[in-house]
Amino acid sequence: MDNHPMNWISNVVRPKIRGFLNRREVPENLWIKCPETGQLVFYKDVEANQFVIPGSNYHMRMSATARLKSMFDGETWFDVGVPAVPVDPLKFRDARRYTDRLKDARTKTGLTDAVKLGYGKLEGLPVVIGAQEFDFMGGSLGMAAGEAIIAGIETAIDKQTPFVLFVSSGGARMQEGILSLMQMPRTTVAVQRLREAKKPYIVVLTNPTTGGVTASYAMLGDVHLAEPGALIGFAGPRVIEQTIRERLPDGFQKAEYLKAHGMVDMVMHRHELKPTIARLCRLLTKQPAPEPPANLPAVASSDEPDEPVPPPEPVA
Amino acid sequence: MRSYLDFEKPVAELEAKIEELRALEKPDGAVEIGEEIGRLEAKADEALKGLYAALTPWNKTQVARHPQRPHCLDYVGGLIADFTPLAGDRKFGEDEAIVGGFGRFRGESVCVIGQEKGSSTESRIKRNFGMAMPEGYRKAVRLMELADRFEVPVLCLVDTAGAYPGIGAEERGQAEAIARSTAACLDLRVPNVSVVIGEGGSGGAIAIATANKVLMLEHAIYSVISPEGAASILWRDSGKAQEAATNMKITADDLLKLGVIDDIVREPVGGAHRDWAAVINATGDAIAKAFDELRELGPEAVRQHRRDKFLAIGRTLA
Repeated sequence: MDNHPMNWISNVVRPKIRGFLNRREVPENLWIKCPETGQLVFYKDVEANQFVIPGSNYHMRMSATARLKSMFDGETWFDVGVPAVPVDPLKFRDARRYTDRLKDARTKTGLTDAVKLGYGKLEGLPVVIGAQEFDFMGGSLGMAAGEAIIAGIETAIDKQTPFVLFVSSGGARMQEGILSLMQMPRTTVAVQRLREAKKPYIVVLTNPTTGGVTASYAMLGDVHLAEPGALIGFAGPRVIEQTIRERLPDGFQKAEYLKAHGMVDMVMHRHELKPTIARLCRLLTKQPAPEPPANLPAVASSDEPDEPVPPPEPVA
Repeated sequence: MRSYLDFEKPVAELEAKIEELRALEKPDGAVEIGEEIGRLEAKADEALKGLYAALTPWNKTQVARHPQRPHCLDYVGGLIADFTPLAGDRKFGEDEAIVGGFGRFRGESVCVIGQEKGSSTESRIKRNFGMAMPEGYRKAVRLMELADRFEVPVLCLVDTAGAYPGIGAEERGQAEAIARSTAACLDLRVPNVSVVIGEGGSGGAIAIATANKVLMLEHAIYSVISPEGAASILWRDSGKAQEAATNMKITADDLLKLGVIDDIVREPVGGAHRDWAAVINATGDAIAKAFDELRELGPEAVRQHRRDKFLAIGRTLA
């Protein structure tokens, strides 16, 4: 482990991740039920399988942290900081106070808001990856999440890396009213800057992606990947049913349907995402294909100085 | 026949009374009735002024949706000479919920894009009540690109409950169409001004409301979701729409304070529907002022101005 090429990152980030994971640890004997087939499976097996149910291949929701772990080499990365935003600018209260909902979401997820960012290596390529946490108020897009997307893209431009974003969101954070709507043009400005910097923007649409999020940065990727069965749309199915007073066709707004209608490039198993994203990034940035796996030990020990970019530094 | 909103009842009663008296009035004129009418008119004016000085956010929602409020094409008719509508997205179809074309605003060429709600049963159906399909947003993108190429400024008139939520709309990529339209606004190298003339409903509005200058009529509303939608999602009770309207901060005054809009166009007493000519002229003056303020900016500067402006939103709030 000490010889691991990413050790310098491990040292920085690991304690934090460890602490975070321990808090969410699920008892070992816990069984869960596949939402599709009803089959009972051992939680540990599901976790070890990147939260895909082994028998049915049902893709469960994945936390933002688990997502970053599944993507970054050695499961390590630098957290990318996000500027602070005004809290509860509208002093909003519905059935509950918005500040109370925020507090709960923070306790539940261990995150400050709905987007987590990391900077590290993906099959050796430096990348910035963002992941939206659905458990944080439905992954909703408020000022903090908007700033996080912008910060992620700015970091990618700064470090000259691709930006990969795992989207999972019910849409706008209604408790922030118009200021959440403003995140649509704001994040779009960032996407345009990334384009001008000629860095790839890969969007992975996961279950579910709807509303203002779909209608802004989630649909502006250079390449759109989607996980099987993910619900992806502008209006939610319930709203559409209420509007047209008809039952919706089977498979409507599912990832496969989006692909058939030209909105998504590939629908793929979660296990395929990492190699595919790495390949796409290499192809789009004209990087050579990776060394064959047999050479890996040699790469780990001697190729480090040949890294095309200088070692990343922690982002405050 | 004027239609009244529920909170306008005191005015409705006075004005009904005035109508009754007018009917009684003979051509040779009994002086007492004339005086009585004058007295009642003054009272009705006073009542109207009082009501409109203290509109709640929910009242404004009602005024913004008033069936007799001037709509997009009424502003086009009043402000744009030589208006030449263009149609179609060149990909799938023509969406009449979004009107677009070129014309002259106070002598100068302008590209006009706006949602039209319609004003009769027939036209409302034709316009799908101002709720656009992806084709509408793709037409907007097409026109913006055209305007950009010919260096013609863009004026958008925003008035929609939201983009249409339907099977066909989803099938053809409503979300993508909205995202591209917002991006097209941000990419313009010519000045653009958007005016929220009635309802600015969510993503369907922002798709054409991402402008160097965003103006809003005094009693228009602009929000991330309709008060009814927020009530049913957040309160799980659609009866809480009034509370949602208040808490969401959807009025022009609130949005000016939040730095989301740049200017408010005052409406005549009793709302835009009481005096079309006055509100359309006032809107024209505000649009002219907004374009004037952008006149000095070159193509790159005007685009940078828009980007900086949106990036700054929210960053300076306490």
